[in-house]
Amino acid sequence: MIRKLQQHVFFNLFRAAATVNAAALILLTGFILLKGWRAVTWTFLTQPPLDSMTRGGILPCIVGTLVLSLGAMGVAMPVGVASAVYLNEYACGGRLLRIIRLGINNLAGVPSIVFGLFGLSFFVIYLKIGVSILAGALTLGVMTLPVMIGATEEALKAVPDTYREASLALGATKFQTIFRVVLPAAMPGILTGGILGLSRAAGETAPIMFTAAVFFRPDLPESIFDEIMALPYHIYVLATAGTEIEKTRPLQYGTSLVLIALVLGMTLAAILYRTRLRRRMR
Amino acid sequence: MNIRNQSTTIMAPESEVLYKMQAKDLSFFYNGSQALHTIHLAFLPRQVVALIGPSGCGKSTFLRCLNRMNDLIPNTRATGELLLDGRNIYSPQVDVVNLRSRIGMVFQKPNPFPKSIFENVAYGLRVKGIKDKGRIVERVEKTLQQAALWEEVKDRLHDSALGLSGGQQQRLCIARALAVEPEVLLMDEPCSALDPIATQKIEELIHELKDQYTIIIVTHNMQQAARVSAMTAFFYMGRLIEVEETDTLFTRPRLKQTEDYITGRFG
Repeated sequence: MIRKLQQHVFFNLFRAAATVNAAALILLTGFILLKGWRAVTWTFLTQPPLDSMTRGGILPCIVGTLVLSLGAMGVAMPVGVASAVYLNEYACGGRLLRIIRLGINNLAGVPSIVFGLFGLSFFVIYLKIGVSILAGALTLGVMTLPVMIGATEEALKAVPDTYREASLALGATKFQTIFRVVLPAAMPGILTGGILGLSRAAGETAPIMFTAAVFFRPDLPESIFDEIMALPYHIYVLATAGTEIEKTRPLQYGTSLVLIALVLGMTLAAILYRTRLRRRMR
Repeated sequence: MNIRNQSTTIMAPESEVLYKMQAKDLSFFYNGSQALHTIHLAFLPRQVVALIGPSGCGKSTFLRCLNRMNDLIPNTRATGELLLDGRNIYSPQVDVVNLRSRIGMVFQKPNPFPKSIFENVAYGLRVKGIKDKGRIVERVEKTLQQAALWEEVKDRLHDSALGLSGGQQQRLCIARALAVEPEVLLMDEPCSALDPIATQKIEELIHELKDQYTIIIVTHNMQQAARVSAMTAFFYMGRLIEVEETDTLFTRPRLKQTEDYITGRFG
């Protein structure tokens, strides 16, 4: 009897714990949706900010966040996949490998503001790139590298060795085996890493604060060496540093809503693509 | 022709070329522990040889020496010689990638790539650098026919290979191996994951293929060895115990150990 009760109590506790997650998400998005939906108009999505950002839209920020997060994945995907291929397919133990792994694992634990400062001192100042889209994308890319490497390594490990054996036994080189069999089979898992990295990169403020983001710039950037507005930084600015914080409150919620929708949209697109890839393999 | 242990067979250098493959004094080590002990075994062209023996006796290890698949396992070492057309495949000048396209392999579990049926068969040609589309299409069709799979898949060549049944997948793997026109075909318990009907189809296929290829098959199934092979080699504890014509080995084995195994007294 006691044992049954015990089971009952604990299972309900677990259920409650799981529900808290969903509740937090629903509460958060519901709150923002409720407060922000009125602000999201066509003008809001297609115009630059006006009158000390109390009116107008957030088009430059939307473009900025899209460019920065896609740029970050443009950096993190190739480098991350290449690193994971080396670690999982070529490297065969030894001290160097242990040091590299230690480095990657610790990189994942570094706070994003530290990446921001690293980006500022290395990309912006030392490499003389300046505060720009390029510097921001590189910084975000470096930040998402560990996620990318980790996901790719898991995906590569999940590819059965029998595929590799079959390919090598047919007279393929190791390189051909990796490119023609292993990587395509691992692609859905690699995309999962990309999705995680993308959504993290899109939402970060600290790494771009000193490397790419600008307080106000109504026109759209012309090159990757331009500074740029971005949604998370814009929210931060509106909520803390504006001249009329109360007046811009609806815009803050609206911007948050757009950011969430943007991340969700990009994630969804990647998930749909992944599903298509998986189906093609079955 | 009987190929026995070194002590019983004296081979002149000219006669070696007669053999398609020949192991001379071949030993193999995993991490310093010896898995194969000085194996002497020769394979005539266009003949099926079955390798039998209890689990862990070294027959699969031996098979994987023949196309140097064991190279993939770290800390392993082979000593002695393994000749293909009289040339040692373990000599440092040998290009392993090229060697493996001359010696095809079919594995224990069907392992088609997660690609279309067509792309599975075309794979070996593509990695060889063949780009001529017409040639690839022609070769794929011919090989699928050779593997007795064409009629079943000709209308769905571009469907995923993973949608085929286990037996069809294994025949696809055979077609995939044949597509690169190997000279020798190694089969590592090719039917162990298949039902009896699929097994029968593979065995019929082996009968068809033996006119063109030297086939070396590892099997746990002694009836299968008796059905498909001309010669049978019995391995035990990393040693080649006896090799005879299949009929003789199963009816009048020379050694007590062989007799005990084939009559099911151990293993």
